[in-house]
Amino acid sequence: MGAEFVALSLTPILIGVCVSVACALPGNFLLLRRQALIGDAISHVVLPGIVVAFLLTGTVRTGPMLLGAAGAAVLAVIAIEAIRRLGRIESGAAMGVVFTAMFAGGVLLLERSDTSSVHLDVEHALYGNLESLIWLDATGWGSLIDATALAGLPVELPRMALALLVVGAFIALFWRPLALSTFDEGFARGLGLRTGPLGLALVVVSAIAAVAAFDAVGSIIVIAMFICPPAAARMMTNRLGHQVAWSMLFAALAAIIGYVLAGYGPLWIGASASVSAAGMIATVSGIILAVAAIAGPHRTRGS
Amino acid sequence: MLGDALLLQLGYNATLVTVGAALLGVAAGVAGTFLFLRKRALVGDAISHATLPGVGLAFVLMVALGGDGRWLPGLLLGAAVSAAIGLLCVQGLTRATRLGEDAAIGAVLSVFFGFGIVILTVVQTMTAGQQAGLEGFLLGSTAGMLRSDAILLAVSAAVVLALVLVLRRPLELAAFDPGYAEATGWSLGRIDLVMMGIVLVVTVVGLKVVGLILIVALLIVPAVTARFWTDRTGHVVIIAGAVGGVSGYVGAAISAVAPALPTGPIVVLVGFLLFLVSLLFSPGRGVLASLLMHHRYQRRVHMRQGLLALAQGQPIFEALTRRLMHRAGLILPDGVATQAGQAAASKALLDETRWSLVRADTSFAAAATRYDGLTPIEDVLTPDQLRDVDGRITAPKVV
Repeated sequence: MGAEFVALSLTPILIGVCVSVACALPGNFLLLRRQALIGDAISHVVLPGIVVAFLLTGTVRTGPMLLGAAGAAVLAVIAIEAIRRLGRIESGAAMGVVFTAMFAGGVLLLERSDTSSVHLDVEHALYGNLESLIWLDATGWGSLIDATALAGLPVELPRMALALLVVGAFIALFWRPLALSTFDEGFARGLGLRTGPLGLALVVVSAIAAVAAFDAVGSIIVIAMFICPPAAARMMTNRLGHQVAWSMLFAALAAIIGYVLAGYGPLWIGASASVSAAGMIATVSGIILAVAAIAGPHRTRGS
Repeated sequence: MLGDALLLQLGYNATLVTVGAALLGVAAGVAGTFLFLRKRALVGDAISHATLPGVGLAFVLMVALGGDGRWLPGLLLGAAVSAAIGLLCVQGLTRATRLGEDAAIGAVLSVFFGFGIVILTVVQTMTAGQQAGLEGFLLGSTAGMLRSDAILLAVSAAVVLALVLVLRRPLELAAFDPGYAEATGWSLGRIDLVMMGIVLVVTVVGLKVVGLILIVALLIVPAVTARFWTDRTGHVVIIAGAVGGVSGYVGAAISAVAPALPTGPIVVLVGFLLFLVSLLFSPGRGVLASLLMHHRYQRRVHMRQGLLALAQGQPIFEALTRRLMHRAGLILPDGVATQAGQAAASKALLDETRWSLVRADTSFAAAATRYDGLTPIEDVLTPDQLRDVDGRITAPKVV
């Protein structure tokens, strides 16, 4: 646990924790509102948004990518709502039509255009490349207070920390209205809360978390973290505050254990190469959920 | 070139794949309709993502046993087993815990997919895994398929389609009228199980064609598309099957001409195109039809209000009403009624008077429910009844 750890593993783990917590936080409310699959839909439609942004600007800089992804997310929400109303189609099916079509469009655009010069492909979009976000300038724990070394931090870390900050601030600021409108929308509206814009804001904040995370770790962690930690936390308690705290703990645990298992686990059993960290983090979050579903004190309805 | 592909002129393999994809599309469209009508469309997404660990583990196992890891039947068997475990997890989480089905679906699909990715990275480090081509299961790849695989695809797609058609009756019953199905002795739980089994088989057969990320589209899009064209039980199933079949057929044909592109997205986009056309142009529920209907309704309301105003000698100020009535030759540009306008106005007033009498009389309760301010009363009452009503209009005048 020395210099090598700081340079090769510390930053990916920190980024993983930021991603996981940033997704798990809004996930709590989406889960309670029965909108758990919004995270799934958002992370699929981000792909065409990013591809279109790349085709328009010719770069993979963060600004255009984020704009493209956000635009695609908004377009998807509008399209889902339009199909649901016009065709009187159940929202799950409307969602299925929109996100598969947009993802398919994104894949074809990607395959048709020349992206060989940049790091943009379908596999990367699905499971990212957490392992590559290493901190080459680090020489040991001392680098954490060394300004020149800190300047070499992978850009994903401050970006993800910022996203986490935005998400956290939103949840903290709107805690009471969010809780009220989640549990009793009619009552919240009676108090004069504007539940419609609030619900949309929650989706937008989720999209911010998803888009920021997408670039660093791919969509699979995003979907897992929107759902698994909050779902496991839901089995632990009946109080919203406690549930959110549990979900943050579970998310961070999944990120750390998952990364360590992916990076070092194969070495322990004698294999030479590591396995996908994104996949392993999702797997660990699933194991946490399974344990909670089997042994959580509040796992059944009405307990 | 594409013409050749569509006419099945690209050789034996491509023909088998195209026909297989079409059969698969029909089966997926029909099976997906039942899933859609039971409001469980996205369960298919959990099932399909849950196939990935099975594919990877089957490859590892077959290589460990000294065989060829790419043997398709073995891979598909592995896919089916892990998809079944995923399905059980969804049902277990929904039944035994407080989680909703949406959360259970999301949890299973992301965790199984994540675990599958872990296995895929293990496969890539194996010497036999370098050209495993398991990535083809993510988005589908039909180009350069082995002869035996193409035959397997076509035959299994035909078998699935036959299975769906044989089991159609109970599935239809459960989808369209669950109450009646239970009353006539079917067990809904068992029918749902059969439905999930069929969806699972469709998914597994479709892995190589559409890929596990997008196969759910082949289950949902045809059913949603069909809903735009009809409300009748049998017709929804037939149209969905046709949409699915066309998507599979055209998608596979295009893919045969453009082998560099993954097949799945093409199939899905062909289906989506059919959906878009339906969304815009289908009669009844389509956007265009809705707009036209709204437009027509708006004109009728304006016309009616204008005529009633004329009959009561009130001036009309509303611009659209004036324009409509002038175009119909009912008023002059200055708002004065023409002869035809006066006739139409007094007829509208008579209609309204008759209606108000009918609605006040409880013995006409059934007819009164048809009142919407637009329907002429002659459409609702018989001439005898009308005479009766008219008698009452004049009665007060006599007194």
